[in-house]
Amino acid sequence: MVEQKLMGLNGDEAVAYATKQVNPDIVAAYPITPQTIIVERFSEYFADREVDTEFVAVESEHSAMSSCVGASAAGARAFTATAANGLALMWEIVYIASSLRLPIVMAVVNRALSGPINIHNDHSDTMGARDSGWIQIYCENAQEVYDASIAAWRIAEHLKVQLPVMVCLDGFTLSHTMENVMTLPDDAVQKFVGERPFIEVEGHMGKGELRLNPEMPLTMGPLDLQDFYYEHKIHQVDAMEQALKYMKNVDAEWAKVSGRSYKYVEPYLMEDAEVALIGMGSMMGTVRHMVDELRAEGVKAGMIKLRLFRPFPVDAIKKAVGDIPVLGVIEKCISFGAPASPLMEELMTVYYHDKEKPMIANYVVGLGGRDVSPDMIREAYKSMAKIKKTGKVDKLSTYIGVRGD
Amino acid sequence: MSERITRAQIPISELTITPGSACQGCGAALAARLSFKALGPNVIRHGIPCCPDSVTQTPRVGTVFEGGGAQLTGTARALKAIGREDVLAVGFYGDGGTYDIGFQGLSAAAERNENIIVITKDNEAYMNTGNQRSGATPKYARTSTNPIGPRSRGKPRPKKNIPFIFAAHYVPYVGTASVGFPEDLIAKVTYMKTIKGFRMLIVQSPCPVGWRFDPAKTIEIARSSVQSGIWPLYEILDGKTFKLNYKPKELKPVTEYLSPQARFRHMTEDEIADIQETATANWENLLKADEMGRLTL
Repeated sequence: MVEQKLMGLNGDEAVAYATKQVNPDIVAAYPITPQTIIVERFSEYFADREVDTEFVAVESEHSAMSSCVGASAAGARAFTATAANGLALMWEIVYIASSLRLPIVMAVVNRALSGPINIHNDHSDTMGARDSGWIQIYCENAQEVYDASIAAWRIAEHLKVQLPVMVCLDGFTLSHTMENVMTLPDDAVQKFVGERPFIEVEGHMGKGELRLNPEMPLTMGPLDLQDFYYEHKIHQVDAMEQALKYMKNVDAEWAKVSGRSYKYVEPYLMEDAEVALIGMGSMMGTVRHMVDELRAEGVKAGMIKLRLFRPFPVDAIKKAVGDIPVLGVIEKCISFGAPASPLMEELMTVYYHDKEKPMIANYVVGLGGRDVSPDMIREAYKSMAKIKKTGKVDKLSTYIGVRGD
Repeated sequence: MSERITRAQIPISELTITPGSACQGCGAALAARLSFKALGPNVIRHGIPCCPDSVTQTPRVGTVFEGGGAQLTGTARALKAIGREDVLAVGFYGDGGTYDIGFQGLSAAAERNENIIVITKDNEAYMNTGNQRSGATPKYARTSTNPIGPRSRGKPRPKKNIPFIFAAHYVPYVGTASVGFPEDLIAKVTYMKTIKGFRMLIVQSPCPVGWRFDPAKTIEIARSSVQSGIWPLYEILDGKTFKLNYKPKELKPVTEYLSPQARFRHMTEDEIADIQETATANWENLLKADEMGRLTL
């Protein structure tokens, strides 16, 4: 374990500082609230010669992701950051980045999608991108943001993975809130991320690295029709499975260097729990607080924090859930017209064929940055207690903290 | 400025792979063939969906229309970061990707003066999807989205003056070229290779299918476009230094260009006079600029 420095950083600054230490070849970004601090801080690092990075102040998020694709394809390490409508604008390139298997890292500062316009936190932006082929890591606090912003490179660039990674942090709740963050020295970060490795491929000029290089010409992203497109999509399926396998190793290595160990799924007081919430992001801190309160009152409450949404860690989730009778799924997203919100649907799918499974209910909170208060969490636990007592889920989805009924 | 070359000086080497997906008499395929002769092999080419999708012996990545300028920027910056600035980052795009949907990203790359070369094969419509109008389509041209009928006389508005628009970004180089003047085209690409920063060449590339003419007449049509002042050949350096590269003593009438193309077949005498008037006035302005050697943008 290396010696570390305690810094006061908000979530955005944690991203910028970690990225400065990684010193990627290119950062292309466009400002959008609440991600702006990342771009501003990084511009300062660039201006002060603290990075060797090529900084491209692009004119849109579409161009930010396009620049990352062009750079990553040419063999560079490429980073960008965005939020909400920015992610929506870069949509088509988001899919292309993962399809071309480019290990780009992007911080997404989760913000509600317009309209009406709203700059505050929920997960509607990245949940919408859940089918885009990107790995998605959700952070609870600024420390996790810092750690994930470094580990993400190793996961993305792993030769068995080669997929882009989104590091998701909640807008304002994390992005603009100063916290204590333990940081590694620059050289330790540099050593951890190392040089970008390349897959070896064989082309008409012989063997070479998978990148654009006039000495070993190859084509990336040409027309790919009925003959091979499907196979390429299956490759992405495989890569996601590999990611699940190799992320563990990266996290273990990070634990060795930093002393901070992460799991995809982090259970809390689940051993004897009868009711538990599973969810992602900063609100899980509030849930943990409420679990402690309920335990003090004699309620057998537990919780599971999910750090990884893509790939979806099925086995780890089942292990953490165990044989609990009632599981509540708390999330900051609505899939309009769907039977439930995205995380809920994933869990229902996971458990459908199991004989032994918990009763599962969905609790939607905090859209558009509405505060997720301890009382709202308590309400969810109360609802779960009722489900346990009656033995049935009357309502798949409950919207908590919303006016009217 | 480019320096005149003779036909014998056109490189023999071929970097495009034939047969490509091009139709007979495809001007755009010729634009690719000529451009890459001059560019040589030390190139990373960016392509976006366009017609025809020329195959070159260079590494190539392609994504989407709107991504052209920014993606090329990414590659150019990456080449700098990894110490390979000897490699040219070249975008070979169509007119839709330059004039319309890709304009924002290209304009921003021009404004940042990215170290990139953009060559646009301008066939004046969305030929890949079947001749729908683009911002590069000339006035009165019939396209599949400007059919001729009681309320439509073809495209109602003139072609965007995209070379001047990019010149107004004060970039190192903007040039126009034609597949009918291969020496001029090669000379311009060769010159672009000697300078750094944002460089753009718009190559008028007749399309027999979309413009509706005999595929044997591609070169004739390309030449008459230049000779009638419809598509003058010039260069603009840094948004101010100006040179006309082809100056006939007298312009040919625009009918020589318009008549062989069925996309203009419906035009009335008044409409032809409108085009003639515009071409003549534009030519006179360019001659004045050429005389002064500069533009005032």
